[in-house]
Amino acid sequence: MSEFEMVQLLSPTGERVHHGDYDVDFNDEEYRGLYRDLVMIRRFDAEATALQRQGELGLWAPLLGQEAAQIGAGRALAPQDMAFPTYREHGVAFCRGVDLVQVLSMFRCVDLGAWNPAEHNMHLYTIVIGDQTLHATGYAMGVAKDGAIGSASGTATMAFLGDGATSEGAVNEALVWAGVFEAPLVFFCQNNQYAISESTDHQTRVPLAGRAPGFGIPGIRVDGNDVLASYAVTKAALDRARMGEGPSFIEAFTYRMGAHTTSDDPTRYREGSEVDAWKAKDPISRYRAFLTNNGLADEDFFDQIDAEAEANAIAARTACLALPDPAPLSLFDNVYANGSPPLERQRDEFAAYLDSFADTEEAAK
Amino acid sequence: MSTMTMGKALNSGLRTVLDNDPKTILMGQDIGKLGGVFRITDGLQKDFGSARVVDAPLGEAGIIGTAIGLALRGFRPVCEIQFDGFVFPAFDQITTMLAKMHYRSAGKLRLPITIRIPYGGGIGAVEHHSESPESYFIHTAGLKVVTPSTPADAFAMIQQSVTSDDPIIFLEPKRRYWDKGEIVEDSNDWSALHSARVVREGTDATVAAYGPMVKTSLQAADAAASEGRNVEVIDLRTLAPLDLEPVFTSVRKTGRLIVVHEAPMTLGLGAEISARVTQECFYSLEAPVLRVTGFDTPYPAARVEETYLPDLDRVLDAVDRSFDY
Repeated sequence: MSEFEMVQLLSPTGERVHHGDYDVDFNDEEYRGLYRDLVMIRRFDAEATALQRQGELGLWAPLLGQEAAQIGAGRALAPQDMAFPTYREHGVAFCRGVDLVQVLSMFRCVDLGAWNPAEHNMHLYTIVIGDQTLHATGYAMGVAKDGAIGSASGTATMAFLGDGATSEGAVNEALVWAGVFEAPLVFFCQNNQYAISESTDHQTRVPLAGRAPGFGIPGIRVDGNDVLASYAVTKAALDRARMGEGPSFIEAFTYRMGAHTTSDDPTRYREGSEVDAWKAKDPISRYRAFLTNNGLADEDFFDQIDAEAEANAIAARTACLALPDPAPLSLFDNVYANGSPPLERQRDEFAAYLDSFADTEEAAK
Repeated sequence: MSTMTMGKALNSGLRTVLDNDPKTILMGQDIGKLGGVFRITDGLQKDFGSARVVDAPLGEAGIIGTAIGLALRGFRPVCEIQFDGFVFPAFDQITTMLAKMHYRSAGKLRLPITIRIPYGGGIGAVEHHSESPESYFIHTAGLKVVTPSTPADAFAMIQQSVTSDDPIIFLEPKRRYWDKGEIVEDSNDWSALHSARVVREGTDATVAAYGPMVKTSLQAADAAASEGRNVEVIDLRTLAPLDLEPVFTSVRKTGRLIVVHEAPMTLGLGAEISARVTQECFYSLEAPVLRVTGFDTPYPAARVEETYLPDLDRVLDAVDRSFDY
């Protein structure tokens, strides 16, 4: 399965690799910006994992190891583009300007999705595996119907998914629809090698990128631990979509260094040696080596980014701990756009029931 | 006799059915090496092999659809759906295929498939991990739906379900997985699978509950006793087909009935029970049948789930209101 051609612009040791079809055109500032993104999101992710361990989040789905895939894809998106994430796209959320405290709040279980999708052109997280790929396809079809494609300022849509999701009917239907309607869409599949405990060979006998052509969609495999290649490949696919040239499927070949979620125990299903082998391909140390070797950044810069990431993580923690619990009656809000009299009665009866305790407490004083 | 958690009791019951019948196979996501996200199948793949304890691709419709095919070929599949909120991609296979095939083949085909689903809330989980979807399945003719409330029932009922020739939705009250109870492992002197049971005798009011709410109702009955009210509690155990005779008998004695479930009120099982008790026990009722249920909203964020879920106070309040008539 690993024999499939994989686009790479940086070797695991940080050497720049030439590729005939893909390249990046960054200035020094932009190169350094990507490093900042990678470090900021890794540090935030570590803080979120710690918050869960301390009982402050109900759950956390760590992105550890997948930073380059997400930052590459997230930075390739133009402001007008629309992203449909899974529940692990914290790096993409960061790139889309979502307040990371709003990412934490869903995992703290104080809400079911906090940010305004229209404000960031990023849909809410979807937990049911693969469902969002159909939403992304429909959204992209709408973009095409609106005529918002066909130029360099056209709108592209990106559907995020994982390796496990490719087995879901919904994802296969999304691929059918996107192919048939030539939707201006990019499927960005992070193959992190595991769907909870199941390695990718439980889902497919061929490379995931190799499945796309059967749907009439070009498939590209990129080194998901290489931020430059992830960016370049995604940018090309997004440009293809925005120009009206149809959908693409990207398999970002990466590795989930941590647990599926904080409820998971990966030592039950994979060897430490496998994890160690992927550690050697770490997306951040590779990129840091590249910056250093090319004189794009020095120790002062790295220290400064570490300090900023630390401060950002601590600020997120503080804001997370300050998130108020939802008011009891708020669970009745927003069930319907146009209201429901029976539900309003149910809420009122329950409010009266809650008030009866207040009366009792008053009487006890 | 040994003491074990409900999770271990289910594991032990599954081990027994795998031992007893080589055609019984387990299928689900992460049920092999990992032993399931709740470890209900822990160790079973190691002991019975990956051909009989199958880590399925990540597709719920695929799990149920291929289980139907395997059953047509003479196998007895036991499927695990990882969480209640993830069953819906398989809803078509369950309700339009699995439920109807015996009927449309005029009895020629049998589909002895058990679908295990951890359900219900109270564990502080994220969205789609706390739902009570039983009404969809109860409403579908051809499916049977059962749910244990104790380790002993879990141990017996999983074996009875797997050996039944009907498709059975086996709902596991996930927040009670860690509750302990006594189990006689080498006995099969069990209640019939589709039977309800009085779990606490009383004379003043009847509370009917199932799955996770049985424990809550028993706690409420204890609290009511301290206020001088003697509440009878019935564990329904089987939701389809319903066994309502014990409920009718109880209501004829107490004159008052409260039905408790986590699922939303509208068209929940409480509605059906209320209608049938009203019909059968009309002249015995001292008060209308009351319901204590989840609200008619989506399952809320877990930080407010204690408000959504029926609790001891809400059950007690309903008992009190029942005496106001």
